[in-house]
Amino acid sequence: MTIDNTPVELVTLTIDDIEVQVPKGTLIIRAAEQLGVQVPRFCDHPLLDPVAACRACLVEIEGQAKPQPSCAMTVAEGMKVRTQVSSVMADEAQKGVMEFLLINHPLDCPVCDKGGECPLQNQAMTNGRGESRFDGEKREFEKPINVSDRERCVSCARCTRFADQVAGDPMIALLERGSQQQVGISDDQPFDSYFSGNTIQICPVGALTSAKYRFRSRPFDLVSVPTTCEHCASGCSLRTDIRRGNVMRRLAWDDPQVNEEWNCDKGRFAFPYVQEGRLNQPLVRGEDGLLHPASWTEAIDVAAKGLAAASGATAVLAGGRHTVEDAYAISKFARAVLGTDDVDFRSRPHSTEETQFLSSVVAGSGLGVTYADLEKAAHVVLVAFEPEDESPMIQLRLRKAVRRGRTKVTAITSHVTSGNKKLNATVIATAAGHEVSALSELALDANTIILVGERAASVTGLLTAATKKAKESGAKLAWVPRRAGDRGAVDAGLLPGLLPNGNSLTDSSAREKAADIWNVENNTLPFAAGRDFGAIVHAAVNGELKALLITSVDVEDTQHSASTLQAIENTPFVVSLEIRPSSITELANVVLPVAVVTEKSGTFIDWEGRPRNFGQAIREHNKLTDGRVLAMIADAMDVLLGQQDVAQLRAELAQFAAPTNRVDAPSHGADVPNGLTLSTWNQLIDDGALQEGEPFLAATSRNVIAGLNSKTAAAHSIAEGDLIEISTSLGSITVEAIFVDGAENTVWLPTNSGESKVRTNLGAAHGNIVTIKRGGGQ
Amino acid sequence: MTFTETTWNEAKELAGRYPHSRSALLPMLHLVQSVEGLVSSDGIALCADVLDLATAEVAAVATFYTMYKRHNTGKHHVGVCTNTMCGLLGGDAIWNAISSDLNTGHDETSEDGKITLERIECQAACTHAPVVTLDWEFFDDATVDGVRKALSDLREGKEVKSTRGPVIKGLQASERLLAGFDDDEFDAPAIDEKMLAGLHRAREVGQTLPSSEV
Amino acid sequence: MVLTPILTAHWDEADSYKLEGYKRHHGYVALAKALKSDPDSIIQTVKDSGLRGRGGAGFPTGMKWGFVPQNDGKPHYLVVNADESEPGACKDIPLMLANPHALVEGVAISSYAIRANHAFIYIRGEVPHVIRRVTNAVKEAYAAGLLGQNIQGSGFNLEVVVHAGAGAYICGEETALLDSLEGHRGQPRLKPPFPAVAGLYASPTVINNAETIANIPYIIRNGADWLKQWGTEKSPGFKLFAVSGHVKRPGIYEAALGTTMRELLEHAGGMRDGHTLKFWIPGGSSVPMLTEAHLDLPLTYEDMAAAGTMLGTGTPMVFDETTSVVKAVSRWLQFYKHESCGKCTPCREGTYWISGLLKRLEKGEGQETDLEKIDELCQQIMGRSFCALGDAAATPFPGAMKHFRTEFEAGVRTAADIAFDPAATTIFSKANV
Repeated sequence: MTIDNTPVELVTLTIDDIEVQVPKGTLIIRAAEQLGVQVPRFCDHPLLDPVAACRACLVEIEGQAKPQPSCAMTVAEGMKVRTQVSSVMADEAQKGVMEFLLINHPLDCPVCDKGGECPLQNQAMTNGRGESRFDGEKREFEKPINVSDRERCVSCARCTRFADQVAGDPMIALLERGSQQQVGISDDQPFDSYFSGNTIQICPVGALTSAKYRFRSRPFDLVSVPTTCEHCASGCSLRTDIRRGNVMRRLAWDDPQVNEEWNCDKGRFAFPYVQEGRLNQPLVRGEDGLLHPASWTEAIDVAAKGLAAASGATAVLAGGRHTVEDAYAISKFARAVLGTDDVDFRSRPHSTEETQFLSSVVAGSGLGVTYADLEKAAHVVLVAFEPEDESPMIQLRLRKAVRRGRTKVTAITSHVTSGNKKLNATVIATAAGHEVSALSELALDANTIILVGERAASVTGLLTAATKKAKESGAKLAWVPRRAGDRGAVDAGLLPGLLPNGNSLTDSSAREKAADIWNVENNTLPFAAGRDFGAIVHAAVNGELKALLITSVDVEDTQHSASTLQAIENTPFVVSLEIRPSSITELANVVLPVAVVTEKSGTFIDWEGRPRNFGQAIREHNKLTDGRVLAMIADAMDVLLGQQDVAQLRAELAQFAAPTNRVDAPSHGADVPNGLTLSTWNQLIDDGALQEGEPFLAATSRNVIAGLNSKTAAAHSIAEGDLIEISTSLGSITVEAIFVDGAENTVWLPTNSGESKVRTNLGAAHGNIVTIKRGGGQ
Repeated sequence: MTFTETTWNEAKELAGRYPHSRSALLPMLHLVQSVEGLVSSDGIALCADVLDLATAEVAAVATFYTMYKRHNTGKHHVGVCTNTMCGLLGGDAIWNAISSDLNTGHDETSEDGKITLERIECQAACTHAPVVTLDWEFFDDATVDGVRKALSDLREGKEVKSTRGPVIKGLQASERLLAGFDDDEFDAPAIDEKMLAGLHRAREVGQTLPSSEV
Repeated sequence: MVLTPILTAHWDEADSYKLEGYKRHHGYVALAKALKSDPDSIIQTVKDSGLRGRGGAGFPTGMKWGFVPQNDGKPHYLVVNADESEPGACKDIPLMLANPHALVEGVAISSYAIRANHAFIYIRGEVPHVIRRVTNAVKEAYAAGLLGQNIQGSGFNLEVVVHAGAGAYICGEETALLDSLEGHRGQPRLKPPFPAVAGLYASPTVINNAETIANIPYIIRNGADWLKQWGTEKSPGFKLFAVSGHVKRPGIYEAALGTTMRELLEHAGGMRDGHTLKFWIPGGSSVPMLTEAHLDLPLTYEDMAAAGTMLGTGTPMVFDETTSVVKAVSRWLQFYKHESCGKCTPCREGTYWISGLLKRLEKGEGQETDLEKIDELCQQIMGRSFCALGDAAATPFPGAMKHFRTEFEAGVRTAADIAFDPAATTIFSKANV
């Protein structure tokens, strides 16, 4: 973390005769807040450019004949400000504006979603007049089909400014003029922004409402709980609103260090999975070969016996959704209970180079590059990383930095994307798999930040090159994983050869210390580094494993879904800890239902390395955490781990000191693929398992297409709009070809969207060789 | 409708006339209106495409300015100024007469599709009140009879001349000019007695300046 | 004071709008002179002349130019505001029809002075023939080497674009005009930054009214003192006065600033026969109205301000006793409602409300409390809106009430059309009623 020691220049002024000192450049409205004076406001929003349109915040400034908008005027030395508290001029001006705002506003508060949490309603009460003097006809607009009530709109332009300034998706705009002015979208281009939900939240009236939440609840019936988003590694603070044990909605919570006041639509809307189609009871495969509901006692017993019987040939596939506490519990269970180091959270393509990179550079490194650093950096280089899809809050923060004009962004990626356009990025169009040389050629300095994404793992030499580049140039390097639990899993040691907090399993003193903390004999812990996810799958396919413990893995994420399923089928005994039925639970011998994020407390470590603690939002469901379930299994295996509640796990993990002997940094040379390669990443809104059951969200996903350079297309006799077939030896995908501004000899596919199921159908990773041909026709 | 390649090229040409291409949006909207007689969703899409804007951004602009019509217009656009000066000096009477003649209200098109009628705001010709516009060309010092005659001539396809401007050709022709494509009609007469009133009076009272100065 | 045919001196010549006609009367001599002098000296001359903006606000032109930062490495722009749309204002339009080269030469000189290599003439869209004439003048100037690259061998380059608006009065507000010229909705911008620092394309920009710019060639050729022979110390020079309404000879009268309305009325032949003056407005609907009692006030920025009104655009509207002042004000409020850009609450909602109240007064269906209410609503807009359009909208009613309160009070019971026969107000009242 960078600590900014620049002294802040202060300005002294008086507000309502009270002297106050605030940093130079502070807006009057903010200075007043510091004194506890709430000046009314609608268009004002601290994260949007001032517009001074609503005029609700007019205040008197000594020496000025007219009242001035406090939301747009900055403080000056010696300024004398009078708000409604001490100025008749300000009070009358504010009341007048409030009256104007209400003349055309429908009095439908009783049926309006915003009722009860509405800035207009609230400020009408505090700063308005009791009775309306307006006796004319209120303005009406034709009802459009989308969810906006334009009569309620006060033309504050928060939504349009958000879309334009913050998201860079100006598909919502003010239409018409004067008293007919209204917010609208174009008929033929819907508001398909990954961030559209924020406009609902910042609407100061009920003009924009959520299709999902509309007419469903009242704010005063909701219990609000601070939570952390589980959908990616951005680490957004959320507010989850609960009614009678059900999540009614999720909002972005204000966290200036992380998500500011925003979140993405996935984080906001993708929560039906927490209550629909859940596993509610343990299942045990009977002699009839079918899964049957079982008691917890029975299921735990079967699991314990099966795992004990497989001793010496067990492995753990952990997935990337866990809280750090659960990840730690799994890490510990593998080593201390199962005695195996065959453990890995990376259910997506990975490499030994990545294992080394994560173990040496990332694990236990604490808070590294921060959002604030991104905002201050002169140059940010995106390597194999698409922030808009893979970490939307990084996208927003970079856009903010770029709009301020201090930061430039370079993207090493296959083609110009909508996301990097919004960052005004210099795109170094690079065929997938060829990123190493592109990165090596960049001239970087200490004011640069390199952000490297998940798919770097499948480009040989890239993580080595990034590490080296950072070291040589003094640039800062951060790894941005895609999943909320990935960084915590690394810190918890869910990798072969890696103990918690970056300690190496092969470091005997570290291993001793672990045995001590875990209260087991040193010699029960594995002493050689185990197999990674791919190697475990490979071994299992070959029948080399007797038991698998699988937690929160979706086969669709794994390098080749069919192989993963084969691995499970070929393993005699499989225990699955899951939240919902899946193709893995179907094959498991024992299925143990576990809690989702809303049902437990815990911590996600975001990409920065920042712990994001959250409490339990829903208590009614009585679901157990992975840690508790594993403690019960351990108990049944005669290994006493204690309760393994969240607090215990957290405290235990903290006992792992920083490593004295780190794993060596990776040193892999580039291995450039020779042929047409696949560029691929997961789009933000796709067919991910946690997004199920939200049709409004799914409707905003992007079209499934294959993107390729026109020259490459021509070389394969492909015209834009043609259906093309992308193949590997394992299968093929047929989608429409769209020309993109990008590198030759590479084709882009979304990893897990509609027809394009890269893992399932191609068994391929980013940078792998694929073949393309025209297929299907128009 | 789909626009021809010519229109696409003209739109691109407009974009090239400015240091920042978005400045061409107003002319470009005039251009698509000159082709279609309105700014349709297709016209908006064309502008958005050429300028790399969201269609909502273009729609926001198209709906802000009164001259852009989002519905079909007649061959001719007839504007009657009913702002204070013109309205009181005769514009109201003219409006009542022709609106009733054509059975057409504000921003509506006559049944024969020839005339779109609009109550317009000040045309910057108050000295010539009441002012009527025919395809936005001045029809100054209008009278009820004069406008009736002009409209009937227009509907019959007869030649009608602007009082300060050329022969009336139709709304789409005017829109093309506004888009920035000349029609070489600049020589059409435009100076009348009212514009010369002060000059003539100055000569009458001997208050002219020496030719060395002006 | 006197009539001063300067900009209008040759409008009766058949080719007054052409390069040849313009050149016959010293056309482009000032440009040649300017190109040989230091740009700063031109700014100084304009400052010395005391020329004030002719668009309505009367801001000193030279001072405005002086705000442009020099040697800042950014492109500079000159934008001519020819969006003449204020009710009553009708002087730029005739000027551009009859003498467009004065504007074009003014653009060239002014651009040179402020170091702009790109100028835009923003003309309202509803006047195609004006656009033809100005476009042609620009073309002629290009062809003659008076615009374009290396003008007259001076090394000075200037591109001039004639740009048509599309129907929005608000675009006469200079920052709204800039937004419009950048291809946006014409809504005014927050200031600061001021256009002189960050205007068009966020670069230093001067925005001047068309008549102001057309003055420049005459000032440069004849000198700062030449301009000061007319007018007053605070309002030097001459002005295109456009007299409209119930006068015998409405039209364009170019006269020295400080001329009185009585003198202008006399030049315009006086009120139409058999009628008397009821009220007049010196410069557009946005300034308060005056009556007979004010006829002898000099038409200067300062004297009009002292009388509680403004010179504005200097285009007096004259109404006789047949006129319903209720109807007149009501129409203006319909106009402001129609033209309010919608950005700020007081103007958007206030014009909506007041125009509705005035409409019912005009119909004789007002309520006893309406007058007081409208007055309060005007106060709720005045000084609180984002730009001057709101202030303008809040002006006609209180101004009219000062002189004609009883007429408004009658609006509670009597329709304007009953109190004042509309036919009598028309100029063809005898011919056609």
